[in-house]
Amino acid sequence: MFETFQPSAIRAHALTADAVSAFLPMRSRLPRWRDISRYVSPLALVALWQVSCSVGLVSTRLVASPAQIAVTAWSLLRDGTLEANLGISLLRAALGLSIALLAGVGLALVSGLSRMGEDIVDAPLQIMRTLPVLALVPLFILWFGIGETPKVLLVALGATFPVYLNLHKGIRTVDPKLLEMARTLGLSHGQTVRDVILPAALPDLLVGVRYAVGVAWLMLVVAEQINAESGIGHMMMDAEDFLRTDIILVGLMVYGLLGLLSDNLVRGLEAWLLVWRPLSPRRGDGA
Amino acid sequence: MNTFLSPQQIALEPVAGPAAAAVMVSGLTRRFASGPAVLDGLDLHIAPGEFVALLGRSGSGKSTLLRTLSGLDPVTAGSVRRPDNMAVVFQESRLLPWRRVWQNVVLGQKKDEASRARAEAVLVEVGLGHRTDAWPLTLSGGEAQRAALARALVREPDFLMLDEPFAALDALSRLQMQRLVAALWQRHRCAVLLVTHDVDEAILLADRAVVLEAGRIRTDIAIPLDRPRRHTDPRFERFRQTLLDALGVHDD
Repeated sequence: MFETFQPSAIRAHALTADAVSAFLPMRSRLPRWRDISRYVSPLALVALWQVSCSVGLVSTRLVASPAQIAVTAWSLLRDGTLEANLGISLLRAALGLSIALLAGVGLALVSGLSRMGEDIVDAPLQIMRTLPVLALVPLFILWFGIGETPKVLLVALGATFPVYLNLHKGIRTVDPKLLEMARTLGLSHGQTVRDVILPAALPDLLVGVRYAVGVAWLMLVVAEQINAESGIGHMMMDAEDFLRTDIILVGLMVYGLLGLLSDNLVRGLEAWLLVWRPLSPRRGDGA
Repeated sequence: MNTFLSPQQIALEPVAGPAAAAVMVSGLTRRFASGPAVLDGLDLHIAPGEFVALLGRSGSGKSTLLRTLSGLDPVTAGSVRRPDNMAVVFQESRLLPWRRVWQNVVLGQKKDEASRARAEAVLVEVGLGHRTDAWPLTLSGGEAQRAALARALVREPDFLMLDEPFAALDALSRLQMQRLVAALWQRHRCAVLLVTHDVDEAILLADRAVVLEAGRIRTDIAIPLDRPRRHTDPRFERFRQTLLDALGVHDD
């Protein structure tokens, strides 16, 4: 897992970057064109969108203008609609994710640490994993009604799999050389699990958590658009009845921001927990 | 210089018999599936405090013997007696990347207030006192092997196994590590089994060189040179020839 890493090469690279900026004091203080150029195209698109709406090229019944969206977002914030719905959505996501973490970690430990556990737990989970979880919505409504339970459970079910699969893989792919080393040092089974296996699997668990957070929002969107009486999804469905594309787009933006924020939160968690990795988070693991 | 007798040479004579051996392997046989025996009725004695180098081509059974001695492979035929208090240094440092260097050194030992001080003392001894709090992935190859050596020494083993510990190091680090191991052995006086491909390394460090071939000991010679040993010693060259011959490397 770690052979590909060359600390000396990276240190040397950082050194040259420092050296370059030291020779170019003016350039390093001004924002460079490279940094700005990334935002030019999106901003131009938003401007084009606004102009199209203003001159009537695009009907506001189909798409609200950016200015209208900003005004609507502000008014939804002022009368507390957005906060109330956001609170409910966050609560559902947090509850569902907590259940998923407990279940996923628990199951992965059982099936990762014992052969018998793997025989019992892994096969059914691998089968269930192939089911599209969203196809369970009608069944969930029949079983749990239309209250909070099916919504939270839908999030939990969807988010359990990435946690389970990644942690299980992490536990099963611990470097056998480290396990041999633990044996020659006379570590007990418990010590080996605590000091070698679990820390080795932690990077994989965190990748799983990042996927799980993404899946949780996806599940929430669906759950809140079916028989919901609150939440961001409900706010958007409600707006559909009144052709309020501005409110729908505010909801979309909120979902996007939530996804972005939660992903950054997990990345922060990674940087803090995996401080022993000279380069964290790992490249190429993007969720 | 030649008249100087180092203490272990004097001590070696009376304890060479199997009765006082630190490690006693007799009739050790091991085969995988129905293939030829990897170890074939192998006998090996190592006296307390004796430094033995184990040479052999790839596939001669060196690794299997070491794995059996370290308890990683089971003894299926024959018998193996060795001290309980033993330590292994592998070719790779095998440090836990998520524990700091000093925590790796005292891994698996009872934790108390003296743990850190004990780790620091050994790290200073192997010349790594300045990296006590470092993360293992930031160490160079030589530094990592020093840390692995410290992790073995902190247990004050009666029997130390070194499995090609310098094979992956650059030439300069290897020379430094060989000197370090020689100095540490002079101080700690544990029995050592060094598995190596390097004939010079064996002559530089060991009291005895054992050459393994097809699971049997083909050559077992004492190397009664004074320490510190130098490559320029004419007798060094003679031992090199003998061992290279035993390994099937000829000049012609």
